[in-house]
Amino acid sequence: MKSAVVQLPGLNRDRDMIAALTKISGKAPITIWQTETEIPDDVDLIVIPGGFSYGDYLRCGAIAARMPVMQAIKEKADKGVKVLGVCNGFQILVEAGMLPGALMRNTSLKFVCKEVKLEVVNADTDFTRAYAKGQIIRCPVAHHDGNYFVDPETLAGMEDRGEVVFRYAEGTNPNGSLSDIAGVMNRQGNVLGMMPHPENLIESAHGGSDGRGIFASALDVVAATA
Amino acid sequence: MTIPNSIAITPELVASHGLKPDEYQRILDLIGREPTFTELGIFSAMWNEHCSYKSSKRWLRTLPTKGTRVIQGPGENAGVVDIDDGDCVVFKMESHNHPSYIEPYQGAATGVGGILRDVFTMGARPIAAMNALRFGAPDHPKTKHLVSGVVAGVGGYGNSFGVPTVGGEVEFDARYNGNILVNAFAAGLAKSDAIFLSEAKGVGLPVVYLGAKTGRDGVGGATMASAEFDESIEEKRPTVQVGDPFTEKCLLEACLELMATGAVIAIQDMGAAGLTCSAVEMGAKGDLGIELDLDKVPVREERMSAYEMMLSESQERMLMVLQPEKEEQAKAIFVKWGLDFAIVGKTTDDLRFRILHQGEEVANLPIKELGDQAPEYDRPWVASTPREPLPASKVPAPSDYNETLLKLVGSPNQSSRRWVWEQYDTLIQGNSLQRPGGDAGVVRIEHHHSKALAFSSDVTPRYVEADPYEGGKQAVAECWRNLVATGAEPLAATDNLNFGNPEKPEIMGQLVGAIKGIGDACEALSFPIVSGNVSLYNETNGVAILPTPTIAGVGLLPDWQKMAKVGSANEGDVLIMIGVDGSHLGSSIYLRDILDSLDGPPPEVDLDAERRHGNFVRSLIQAGQVTACHDISSGGLALALAEMAMASGKGMTASLSEQKGPLHALLFGEDQARYVLAVKADLANFVQATAEGAAVPFRKLGKVGGDTLKIDDVVSVSVADLTIAHESWFPNFMA
Repeated sequence: MKSAVVQLPGLNRDRDMIAALTKISGKAPITIWQTETEIPDDVDLIVIPGGFSYGDYLRCGAIAARMPVMQAIKEKADKGVKVLGVCNGFQILVEAGMLPGALMRNTSLKFVCKEVKLEVVNADTDFTRAYAKGQIIRCPVAHHDGNYFVDPETLAGMEDRGEVVFRYAEGTNPNGSLSDIAGVMNRQGNVLGMMPHPENLIESAHGGSDGRGIFASALDVVAATA
Repeated sequence: MTIPNSIAITPELVASHGLKPDEYQRILDLIGREPTFTELGIFSAMWNEHCSYKSSKRWLRTLPTKGTRVIQGPGENAGVVDIDDGDCVVFKMESHNHPSYIEPYQGAATGVGGILRDVFTMGARPIAAMNALRFGAPDHPKTKHLVSGVVAGVGGYGNSFGVPTVGGEVEFDARYNGNILVNAFAAGLAKSDAIFLSEAKGVGLPVVYLGAKTGRDGVGGATMASAEFDESIEEKRPTVQVGDPFTEKCLLEACLELMATGAVIAIQDMGAAGLTCSAVEMGAKGDLGIELDLDKVPVREERMSAYEMMLSESQERMLMVLQPEKEEQAKAIFVKWGLDFAIVGKTTDDLRFRILHQGEEVANLPIKELGDQAPEYDRPWVASTPREPLPASKVPAPSDYNETLLKLVGSPNQSSRRWVWEQYDTLIQGNSLQRPGGDAGVVRIEHHHSKALAFSSDVTPRYVEADPYEGGKQAVAECWRNLVATGAEPLAATDNLNFGNPEKPEIMGQLVGAIKGIGDACEALSFPIVSGNVSLYNETNGVAILPTPTIAGVGLLPDWQKMAKVGSANEGDVLIMIGVDGSHLGSSIYLRDILDSLDGPPPEVDLDAERRHGNFVRSLIQAGQVTACHDISSGGLALALAEMAMASGKGMTASLSEQKGPLHALLFGEDQARYVLAVKADLANFVQATAEGAAVPFRKLGKVGGDTLKIDDVVSVSVADLTIAHESWFPNFMA
């Protein structure tokens, strides 16, 4: 199994993500710079971490979505390689058209960093296998633009197909997201975007390890098919 | 077309540059001719209070700055302290008060940006930030607007840059109505053998400009330039700079990458007085001259004059002296990160600061006199008059202790700051072990199995006003105590001295008194000052702020698994108070917030007791014998217990029957050198016996359990009610 972390100027949770992947898989991910147009064939999981790519100027993720490296990631995703976008990574995937919907400014109009509860709505995915359906996990959020929106018809289809993977639970929706949506995946099930930061809750120093399951799922499945 | 440098130097122009007639005479004597306009600007930038510390330098020299762990004391971009294993912590605190009042978002944002740059200029990756914010009265019409803008600005910059905010202070007082305080702290981690300094070395070496382009923003920010001469500067551009955290993040990565190549000889960030101050400091420190060619400076505006370029405070810029053979490698790194890289000058052997612009020499000044030989004053000062003692027997007791406690936990100054710190990224980097809301923020050291650093920022301005010397001592002692309360060994501190106009002897007396107090406390607690900043002239319409010498300290935890938190008390734990019974109500929160009085002297700090009690508490925590710990400060024992109960989500039953004195003084007295510990029941006797053996005063208070805070038969409030009161004030205020 091999994972890769995308590094774009302004992303700032790349180091957190590298640390999490290294601790959970025992192996450091490779890094991919903004100008790269080819991703090694043996990479099975590409992670776009959080931050403020290109300062989030224009619109969160909008500039990043148009960088050469995103074309390469799209091609890999089309071939079935798993792609996980967290926070700014989620915003980039949405802007790149790899996931439906949009992420608007939080209803509070403020940046929010706190712990929330997530319901694992779909545990039958490459990213959530380690959890049980309906399980409630703890997870921190840290964002200014996490208010998910999608049109009703698309949402209905996504719900039917189990593409809504995480929902904020127990009244902890921190941003006004439609239907409490915290994370969604694409139709093929190999691209997941989520606003919360599972990489910041993976060990006792973080006060818990509820976030571990996402990486364990993504990496374990890779191990099984490798 | 050339831009003129030949403006007539009139007395008005000199005055509008903030230079006194005798200072101007000194300039004339020094260079033997009338200065050019650009030169006048350079002098005003270098000799103003902010850059030269001319009023405070004499007193700052008295502070203890050395210690076995101190690698770099004051005088560089930040202080450097050894934390073993070849690691060191680099930190400093700096004010951005005036800009934040004028433009709260950008003022606060660039304050954060400036302090982060100070830290990574030295080769350290920032790992923690704090900020001490002081606003006017909550009901003042500007306060909400300022709180909202400053908090958003601090978050906007720090969150985007990617450093966790782990602590700080937010206070309200009418004395800050016209002059808020924004003190920003940052700490970074580096290797002790890879620290970068600003002292230039070697003649004929390239001086390189890095980072963002130069614009007209912030021209004269450090001096407030001449309205009479060039109204366009004041009218068209604010003196407040605009921050770009994205560029700063790229600058951080590029600088650290470049430093790793061994190409950097000296580096200095461009802060106050931008290009002028950074170039002069590098040259003056290295006993070298500097020649700059302004035509090579990357600019983002057209037709900038030499004066404007030299005084611009555009953000996210650095100046560096480079190994010439590594120039290409260095340039490639900056191009990769999309940043400007330009050779703008060279070091020389003539000790002159020469500026070329459009083929003309627009300034030629002696570099040493500009820098480390700037004017220095011994300003007249008068000591504050000591206040009459205020015995607790003369202070009325509350009729209802429950109501009083609820009022205190829900008051503007004692209520929860969650509304503020939830707008800051407190988790990024994945190393935050204690977030804001406790005694100190704690961050573990990456790649080490057990080490962590604790950070706290403290000062009690009402104490400093009542007695500058005791107040100065107390600021240091409380910071030291907050670090100890986590189990950390306090290592060193940085000071951010915010005062009024030093030309008034009573204000100068406050500054002198506070520095003496800080010095004595730092000496007694082995807690040297390794960096700092002075902000004077914090006055509006002749009314000064409360004297506010903010102290931010750093402590080392050898094993974070054993650290104590305010909120980790468990059911059945025994509560033990360390220190004397509460007795002192002068200048207390009880007096101010319940009785509406500012009377009485502040509590005296017995530095010997402080040290003994602190060392005792730390040894217990480091031995893993404490489950929760909290220091007793503003609001006394009652507030300390309430805060522990709320943070732990558990009730407590305490009795003061062993204690001597009036009840309201036992509960609300602000005597120093005190802590509340929660220990496992089977360790309680051992802890008490150990305290007795160490001659540390203690009292067994009671037990953790249930859902109500009960103190004898006078206090009985549910933790839920306390929490509602505590958490409600801020969101309601800002709603």
